[in-house]
Amino acid sequence: MERFIQVLVDGIATGSIYAAVALALVLIFRSTSVVNFAQGEMAMFSTFVAWGLYEAGVPIGLAALTTIGLSFVAGMVIERVLIRHFEGGDVLTLVIVTLGLFILLNGLAGWIWGFGNRGFPSLFSEDTVALGGVQLSVESLGIVAVLLAVVGLLFLLFQRTKIGLAMRAAALNPASSALVGVRVGHMLMLGWGLAAALGALAGVLVAPRLFLDVNLMGAVLIYAFAAAALGGFDSAIGAVVGGWVIGVSENLAGTYVDFIGSDLKILVPLGIIFVVLLVRPSGLFGTREVARA
Amino acid sequence: MSLLEVRGLRAAYGQVRVLEGIDFSIDQGRRVAMLGPNGAGKTTVLRALSGMVRTSGTVEFDGRSLVGTATAEIARRGVAHVPEGRGTFPALTVDENLRLGGYVRSDGGAVRADIDRCYKWFPRLDERRRQQAGNLSGGEQQMLAVARALMLRPRLLMLDEPSLGLAPIVTKELFRILREICGEQGITVLLVEQNAGLALDFADHAYVLESGRVALDGEAEQIRGDDEVRRSYLGY
Repeated sequence: MERFIQVLVDGIATGSIYAAVALALVLIFRSTSVVNFAQGEMAMFSTFVAWGLYEAGVPIGLAALTTIGLSFVAGMVIERVLIRHFEGGDVLTLVIVTLGLFILLNGLAGWIWGFGNRGFPSLFSEDTVALGGVQLSVESLGIVAVLLAVVGLLFLLFQRTKIGLAMRAAALNPASSALVGVRVGHMLMLGWGLAAALGALAGVLVAPRLFLDVNLMGAVLIYAFAAAALGGFDSAIGAVVGGWVIGVSENLAGTYVDFIGSDLKILVPLGIIFVVLLVRPSGLFGTREVARA
Repeated sequence: MSLLEVRGLRAAYGQVRVLEGIDFSIDQGRRVAMLGPNGAGKTTVLRALSGMVRTSGTVEFDGRSLVGTATAEIARRGVAHVPEGRGTFPALTVDENLRLGGYVRSDGGAVRADIDRCYKWFPRLDERRRQQAGNLSGGEQQMLAVARALMLRPRLLMLDEPSLGLAPIVTKELFRILREICGEQGITVLLVEQNAGLALDFADHAYVLESGRVALDGEAEQIRGDDEVRRSYLGY
């Protein structure tokens, strides 16, 4: 039983990281209807910046926070300088632009920091704590707590603030938003900034569990895509639930089903997604808007 | 002095020219109707004023040019536009739609008070404030669109075919409320309507468009009383 709970909590922790990246994908998808393929590489780049700050003597917590702030600004700059020119055009063009950004950031990171891998310090202690007689790692609990806090903050931003309402409006209907005076371009910039910050957070959370190299986010991005597809690409709650389902099912199957092990465990969440999307093509929480003609 | 002064307004969708040079003006506090058949360019006049279509000519609003200004900035100067298709947010609640209407205002407390006032004017919206706007009936959605525009505390209110798709009794109710609010608040109105009878009852002054040009204009009462104009241009 203790083993089961440990595997479960570790799964939720891994799933929380997928969820953070999936949330970033959802943020951008909702406002531009485009999946940002560069999301993972933006996060990888941010993580290298955090590593650089840490190496320069900045405490890891402060380095992570600074990086998240810098990533927010960088995300806005990317939208303004690069993405803005292609918005409102063909979706396929924008997809290619994000793929180009993917390759650019990957190459740039390799050029600056090299292609080798290196260790990345954890934000949390390596201890375990006993909760109800079960030894759980502080890191896993910390990751889950951070994600829940972020989700809570995003909820407050979108549901309780004026700017959040304007961001939702700009995503839903840009033309009507302009007519009430919402500067739609600013809202898109903010969306990209938030997404980049979320990605940076996911990067510094996942890096200690893997090694930091230019392909840090490759697998994570695939799982995040899966999480977003499972939850519904336009649903924030869906991204979180999707991330958890994938993290947990992957971990459980890898531990308890002998022939799956760690090599085939990626197939389990993909199997779940296949079944869910057959039954509900818009994902678990994807909205179908109601409209009366 | 006129609040809105338009000279030689031209607009085109790609190669297709829709407005061929239109002159008109609206004095502060007056209600002006734009009439004319389908395709005359009435809707395009509103879209040009809101910066939603490529435009040339001069448009002076309160002494400042609107040509080449972004739509959001035009709204921020106090031009509220209820477009064709209403421009509400179907996936958001009625209350959120009204809050967005007052988005550019910085007087938060007064915005809340204005929302409550909208609910007094349109009790049907009050009953449905937590519902998605997409669930409202056509008449309720049009009322929401008008209320949303009033939330801006506009200096100029532009309405595009508010009667479109509404039952006559609902249209009558809508215009009764509009007349009351605009009178009470002294709002300047530019109304585009197919229903000439309705528009002439509401407006002080009317312009009749034909193929992208002003065919004639005059006081609403005068046009209403001129049988020949009514028959040849307005078809009623």
